[in-house]
Amino acid sequence: MSNIEKSEVTGGERAFKVFNYLFFIIFTLICVYPFYYLIINSLSANNLSAAGSINFWPKGLHLSNYAAVLKLDGLPLAALVSVGRTVIGTVLTVMASAFLGFMFTQEKMWHRKFWYRFVIVTMYFNAGLIPMFITMKNLHLTNTFWVYVLPAIVQPFNIILVKTFIESLPKSLEEAAELDGATTLQTFWKVVLPSCTPILATVAIFTAVGQWNSFQDTLIYITDQKLYSLQYLLYQYINQASSLAAMVKNNAGGALNMGAVATQQTPTSIRMTVSIIVVLPIMFIYPMFQRYFVKGIMLGAVKG
Amino acid sequence: MQEALNDTQELKDLQKQKKKMQNRRGKRLFYLIIPFIILVLLFSYYPLFGWVYAFFDYQPPIPLSQSEFVGWKWFAMLIQNKTQMHQIVQVLANTFAMSFLNILTSFLPVLFAIGLNEIRNKHWKNIIQTLTTLPNFISWVLVYSIAFAMFSSSGMVNTLLQNWHWIAEPIKWLDSDSHTWLKMLLWNLWKGLGWGSIMYLAAIAGIDPELYEAGRVDGANRLQLIRHITIPALMPTYFVMLMLAISNFLSNGMDQFFVFQNAFNLTHIQVLDLYVYNVGMGNNSLSLATALSMLKSIVSVVLLYVVNFVSKKTRGESII
Repeated sequence: MSNIEKSEVTGGERAFKVFNYLFFIIFTLICVYPFYYLIINSLSANNLSAAGSINFWPKGLHLSNYAAVLKLDGLPLAALVSVGRTVIGTVLTVMASAFLGFMFTQEKMWHRKFWYRFVIVTMYFNAGLIPMFITMKNLHLTNTFWVYVLPAIVQPFNIILVKTFIESLPKSLEEAAELDGATTLQTFWKVVLPSCTPILATVAIFTAVGQWNSFQDTLIYITDQKLYSLQYLLYQYINQASSLAAMVKNNAGGALNMGAVATQQTPTSIRMTVSIIVVLPIMFIYPMFQRYFVKGIMLGAVKG
Repeated sequence: MQEALNDTQELKDLQKQKKKMQNRRGKRLFYLIIPFIILVLLFSYYPLFGWVYAFFDYQPPIPLSQSEFVGWKWFAMLIQNKTQMHQIVQVLANTFAMSFLNILTSFLPVLFAIGLNEIRNKHWKNIIQTLTTLPNFISWVLVYSIAFAMFSSSGMVNTLLQNWHWIAEPIKWLDSDSHTWLKMLLWNLWKGLGWGSIMYLAAIAGIDPELYEAGRVDGANRLQLIRHITIPALMPTYFVMLMLAISNFLSNGMDQFFVFQNAFNLTHIQVLDLYVYNVGMGNNSLSLATALSMLKSIVSVVLLYVVNFVSKKTRGESII
């Protein structure tokens, strides 16, 4: 009797297990396949790709799509802007978060509690899109590179993370440095900053991804083509693909070899290739830093 | 006696001096953060003064000082003008629908975490986790690029279906207004489901293994263990996430809806954030858009306050 019951239970469990595995296999494939599809199509013969026959593996491998796209007007510059804002923006945000997180642990600071709240409360309200736009205009920041980095420097959430982390460190380190006659800045730079690297890595990786992916600020504050970010350029490419193919043809000087259909750029090939260029940094960085991402969301949860 | 008095006097002086020193030191510490306070003032507080534009008829490049003061005109227009009101109602319907659908599916990351936890092979678990969280870290522009590659009329899905002669005409996945809300929800899930489950996975990892042990001794099977141990342990986290979702009810964000919008699906894709952009930057009605932004911000702060109050009352913990 009990034997039968037991086998019934395992039967149900087996069904659950099979269903579970099946679900995760399918969902993982749905998550990954689009990226794979873009990659194999950007590498395959363009006439085959346009006919929709590249679905599982690349055929007629060539790299001319990448060579052509890198020669597109504006793309190298946009890449430079995106890399620039990611690097500069991340360095500034991380340093500011570390410094403010540290300063707000200094109990002797003049009205520390008030200033801490003054900064943190900005997390919960937002003037809105148009007031921000008018502000940037009044500050003469529209159509400058600095609109990408300046507003993002002080991030209340990051400051909370760093402050909480510093408060969990042993106080004796700081005190020892002070007894040795170190100034506050020296203590920060030589003692606190090095011991904060785990939390700062988490802040850095989130800031970097945010900067790289940001699209809205270009849309709202930038009209100067020289300051377009890669994301914005990609958006434009998707919406004006046919003029794009003409652009590529012009770049080739009109001397297209009729036999080169396989390597002749099409709107689709350009879109896919640019997409891969935009996503590649994320795909490389992400698996390496995944533990920092996970740590980040956990810290957020503890805070929440 | 006199000596003792002198001593206390000296002590007081000393304390005073010390306090003065500390004050000076405290001020000096404050000077160091002034640059950052200025940044906060410029980019968080100063924009609030932009709300005055909601009470003027501001048409750049005419400066505000020469614009006409119109009082509550824009706010009144939102409810008095028939076509305007019609639009607003539709926009609010879209906003509520997207937020409501997101809240309705908010249990999916919990199930995802529970299911993934049931996969015992650590290697596979890690691979699945890495691959399913990847979409969270790409921009919405890139999601749109993927959507275009897969679902446009010359995209992969339509081409395959046509090659197999299942359909004669390409299906309009992107440039039509059918099931727009559902499609947006599905893209949102594709992007966020894996990532949304991470917090619950961590919560599962924090459950005391002895609880499971005890459950097994009592003869509970796997599903019963999930029902009586795992799910109750995840509830506090779920509650916080739910409260945060409610406080963000009006903020669906703009990026997703902006990249997917086109002439066909505009009616059902315009959520409040996108509408503010379209009115302000598209139609150049900066004042009307500011009025909308202002209302939205105020309602959002009130919502956050209410949700926090509810959380305090029911769980004794604030979420902010």
